[in-house]
Amino acid sequence: MSADRSTDGAAAASFKRDMIAALPNLRAFAVSLIGASDKADDLVQDTIMKAWAKQDSFTHGTNIKAWLFTILRNEFYSQMRKRGREVQDSEGTFTERLSVHPEQYGSLDMRDFRRALDTLPEDQREALILVGASGFSYEEASEICGCAVGTIKSRINRGRQKLQEVLYIEGPADYGPDAVSAPVTSQAFVA
Amino acid sequence: MADTNNTENRGPAPSGPPRDNDINAQISGKLRELYDSVREEAIPDRFLDLLEKLDEAEQKSKLAVKK
Repeated sequence: MSADRSTDGAAAASFKRDMIAALPNLRAFAVSLIGASDKADDLVQDTIMKAWAKQDSFTHGTNIKAWLFTILRNEFYSQMRKRGREVQDSEGTFTERLSVHPEQYGSLDMRDFRRALDTLPEDQREALILVGASGFSYEEASEICGCAVGTIKSRINRGRQKLQEVLYIEGPADYGPDAVSAPVTSQAFVA
Repeated sequence: MADTNNTENRGPAPSGPPRDNDINAQISGKLRELYDSVREEAIPDRFLDLLEKLDEAEQKSKLAVKK
């Protein structure tokens, strides 16, 4: 790049600004992957440093949110491969936060939903979050996850179906073999 | 016969597209609500400090290269 120093500085400033703007979304995505707030924030920190180191590979004007999500996701899975599931909260992703901030999550409805979401396989939960909550298109989600658009669509469909089963057919009391998070939630009710 | 039909028509369809759409809308709504509960938290200072430090370090190393 042959940009002079002033445009260099302006690009760096806007990179930093854009990164800060994307942080709330990045944290929400990290929590959806990991659960525990402190571990999720560690992952966000690793992502910030990785992204900073490779900012030259970011094309200014393209979607920085998608770029950062891709880095965070790659970082998450590479840490999982190296260190195993200790990276992830063993009690389920959203449930841990419930015991930390029980007052933030009002309705019983919402607790049931969170536990149901925790029963989904990672790839399905991830696809649902990216498209259903982060606001990415199927195409963007497929780029972030490095898979075909059709794969994202089918993960979302299967994820929705599983959620429907857990929430509306089995009933909120029955979480089948994935009921690991139930004890944590009961503690939250007591505490 | 006619009565039976009426009773059937009055109740909501037990399954099929309309109900599925309802449920999907509920699921999408909850998903967003949950995600937003984290998204709306303040950005922790540690991240702003970190970016500040990274930025400073970069400026310094650039100046060092220029010298």
